[in-house]
Amino acid sequence: MDHDPIPMPNPTRHLTTYPRFLWRAAGLATDGGLRFYAWMTVLTCIALVGAHAWAIQVRDGLAVTGMSDHVSWGLYIANFTFTVGVAAAAVMMVIPAYLYHDHEMHDAVIVGELLAIAAIVMCLLSVTVDLGRPDRFWHLMPGFGRFNWPMSMLTWDVLVLNGYLLLNLHICGYLIYSRYCGQRPDPRWYLPFVFLSIVWAFSIHTVTAFLYCGLGGRPFWNSAVLAPRFLASAFVAGPSLIILAILALRQLGAYPLGDRPVKLLVKIIQVTALINLFLLACELFTIFYTGGAHLASAHYLFFGMHGHYGLVPWIWTAISLNVIACGLFLWSGTRRRIWLLVAACVMTVVGIWIEKGMGLIIPGFIPSTLHEIVEYRPSLIEWQITAGIWAAGLMVYTVLLKIAIPILNGRVRADLDHRPTPVEQATSITEITAPPAR
Amino acid sequence: MTETPPSAPGKGCGEEDCACTRRTAMKAAGATLGAAAFATALAPLTEWAQDLSVDQFLQKHYREMSPAEMAQVLERITSDTLKHHGVQISISDVKPRPDVQFGYALNLSICIGCRRCAEACHVENNHDRASHNSYIRVLEMTQGSIDLEQGDATYTHAVPAPGKYYMPIQCQHCDNPPCTKVCPVEATWKEDDGIVVVDYDWCIGCRYCEAACPYHARRFNWQAPEIPAEEINPVQAYLSNRIRPQGVMEKCTFCLHRTRQGRLPACLEACPTGARVFGDLADPDSEIRWILANKRVFVLKEELGTKPRFFYFFDK
Repeated sequence: MDHDPIPMPNPTRHLTTYPRFLWRAAGLATDGGLRFYAWMTVLTCIALVGAHAWAIQVRDGLAVTGMSDHVSWGLYIANFTFTVGVAAAAVMMVIPAYLYHDHEMHDAVIVGELLAIAAIVMCLLSVTVDLGRPDRFWHLMPGFGRFNWPMSMLTWDVLVLNGYLLLNLHICGYLIYSRYCGQRPDPRWYLPFVFLSIVWAFSIHTVTAFLYCGLGGRPFWNSAVLAPRFLASAFVAGPSLIILAILALRQLGAYPLGDRPVKLLVKIIQVTALINLFLLACELFTIFYTGGAHLASAHYLFFGMHGHYGLVPWIWTAISLNVIACGLFLWSGTRRRIWLLVAACVMTVVGIWIEKGMGLIIPGFIPSTLHEIVEYRPSLIEWQITAGIWAAGLMVYTVLLKIAIPILNGRVRADLDHRPTPVEQATSITEITAPPAR
Repeated sequence: MTETPPSAPGKGCGEEDCACTRRTAMKAAGATLGAAAFATALAPLTEWAQDLSVDQFLQKHYREMSPAEMAQVLERITSDTLKHHGVQISISDVKPRPDVQFGYALNLSICIGCRRCAEACHVENNHDRASHNSYIRVLEMTQGSIDLEQGDATYTHAVPAPGKYYMPIQCQHCDNPPCTKVCPVEATWKEDDGIVVVDYDWCIGCRYCEAACPYHARRFNWQAPEIPAEEINPVQAYLSNRIRPQGVMEKCTFCLHRTRQGRLPACLEACPTGARVFGDLADPDSEIRWILANKRVFVLKEELGTKPRFFYFFDK
């Protein structure tokens, strides 16, 4: 304490600086040009449609979805699985920045970490809308309800997802606030959390895979390679989304980062995309060469079964997009052509969204455990709610970036902010000039 | 303190303040508009919440309720059923009998696939009429195979069909149930007499148990069940056949409101061929113990290690 190597602000100063920081953040989050307001209005409208659809679903029951006792999870859980992966992928920015002390990545890492926060919000929304009784959410709260930990993998998921949200909120919040104060962040206050978040990022997607692969009655999911596949695909889709975000910020002139972060992310994707395809090939070989119980779902997914072909177009779209995108990432010409890079990223995101969502969750239920084939098609309500969740996620991400970027740029800082108001001026003058009592 | 620059900051400040106020007012208006829009969008929730009381919201888990609290809940369920369905019910909380272990056996040689068990379940357990729900699904199997993949649950022709045999499937009341393990809130568990139950007032409707069950034994209330008043079975129990709320899981309870009081399950009573045998596995003189000792018995999906309490056997 006495010989602190890093100058720390006087603790009592935070009592005034932190509320001012929050107030400034609220201002930054709601200030912007016409484009910003238009963008937020569009997102709000989509979120409104989603909120309304959800209210109808709660009132009338999940019968308004396309789900049934045969296919009892659908689009919501599919979307949940994908967004967990996006959240986990922020770690792909954190590792080079902090583990390998790549300082040029430090500015870009926040773009990834804020994406993780928005993605976790989407995860939590996706599971909430899937509940038949959202009014009983408190039964899931440790200490209040009856938390079936450690037996239920869903309780693990509740812990790791909320923990990851808190970790990232702390890391981002602390770094941004330090910058706002004009202080060098104290490594003791964030580095341990950064290292913890690296492990934690792996855990959120692993636990989510365990949700499915621990079920012996669902042979399609009951595969040890599921968690590695989840991670591999997450580390393709996540960095692709981060590249898109960085390019969009550059295009808007909001936060022009150098080329290095994008180049590094492309390098990461070159490896992870290949690993992803390799693991898929391993899975397909085991399923189709062995045959038996595991085969039915995969056969339905890839080729259809007994006249039912519901998922066939989905999965081949996903496979084509993933293979083409992988080729594009590997081709050196792509890095010189921004539009090709954007196309590859979009293809990856869409491809993996289908593969991890509709291509993984739905075939787990088809054929059912009694080998009946009942197909599933998301209803309009489900699409509306899912779109609403994406809109909400994008709103969260936009607002977080709006707050973070001006502060990281140094345009908004506590000492620049502190223009004493006339009242404050008056008080300080009185303080100085007022004669001491008696 | 310093000299005022020529640009007259006083005036500038004033303009800025003005712009700030205007902008703040716009923001406040936008926020109000947004909040109002969200309130309107969420309006259906208020219609839904009309039927929810604070007591219901705060109700404890089945195993944490005192007898007095349970009595209150049963009273509320009785008055709610009268209000919503127009039927006076007699509902109780039937506890397991000491030293009884329930088990079920089904003779595949004489089952004719008439689905009267499924129909009896539908009536006894106050299932939703429109969906024709039942805890029992009867598979028509081809002789020469016990592979479920060859089964068909949607047959409509006269039974028994030549070359076929029939396999009714319901909750297997496993001794190692995958469904109770996965429930995040302990809303489903195995009772002392071996029956796997659901607390319909505690379930959050995540449907993880439905994904975990290898026997398609669980059903979800996708909407509030609808039953004409004259068809409602008024003899009900908290853990079994009372009318379920919307958005929760349900399943076969071995008709515990009957069997725990010495009667037989409705599906057994309805069976015209006597294919079903229900009894106490702990009683060495019971019929079911005789069957386990003397027949060629098997359980479904034994390789999953779920240890079912529902046994199938062949006579010949």
